[in-house]
Amino acid sequence: MKILYFAWIRSKTGIAAEDVSPPPSVTDVASLIDWLKTRGAGFAEALNNPSMVRVAVNQEYVKGDHPIRPGDEIALFPPVTGG
Amino acid sequence: MIRIQREDFDVGAEIEKLAGGNAKVGGVAVFIGLVRDIAGGEAVRAITLEHYPGMTEKKLEEIEAEARRRWPLEATLIVHRYGELKPNDRIVLVAAASAHRDAAFEACRFLIDWLKTKAPFWKLEDKASGAQWVEARDSDDAAAAVWKKRGG
Repeated sequence: MKILYFAWIRSKTGIAAEDVSPPPSVTDVASLIDWLKTRGAGFAEALNNPSMVRVAVNQEYVKGDHPIRPGDEIALFPPVTGG
Repeated sequence: MIRIQREDFDVGAEIEKLAGGNAKVGGVAVFIGLVRDIAGGEAVRAITLEHYPGMTEKKLEEIEAEARRRWPLEATLIVHRYGELKPNDRIVLVAAASAHRDAAFEACRFLIDWLKTKAPFWKLEDKASGAQWVEARDSDDAAAAVWKKRGG
């Protein structure tokens, strides 16, 4: 699956996009974020505060219990500040 | 119609395109968002707007469709810029055209309120103390929540 990072979440992870193959125990957005956090200090810092992380799966906003599948595009970003 | 672009836009030309030739339009309400030169008491030299291509278009189209579901509108327009902008530059144009002003004013307000909380844009401010990501404001969530409650 493809993971995209935006704004300060990208600054902390150090990458804008990556393809990942998480272990089978990762079945939903919440478990994906927990797994991503184990992949380095930057990831842990970026995703540490769940209230500051918005998630979109295939470009739709979802909550932590949303299931994830191998072909998904999953974006992690802070609350939006456009306009 | 929605558009996301790096370039500036001409407000007069946009409104002319939106309502010109449609005599059912009795009024057009317009909101234009500009870059402020101060944030948190500190001078802003420039801002950089980042967005999520693909999802941005999708969300703006949904916001427009929702406005047209709630109000009798002849036309709507959202133009949002990205990239580096200087103080006083235009960021966003939102316009709603309707037979009567109530629908135009309300829909215009709705469009910008929902855009601010749903469209995936982020602002990075360039200040003397360094680059700083703008934090989302509770007041924006509150403004959007009013429309949720009203439901249309």
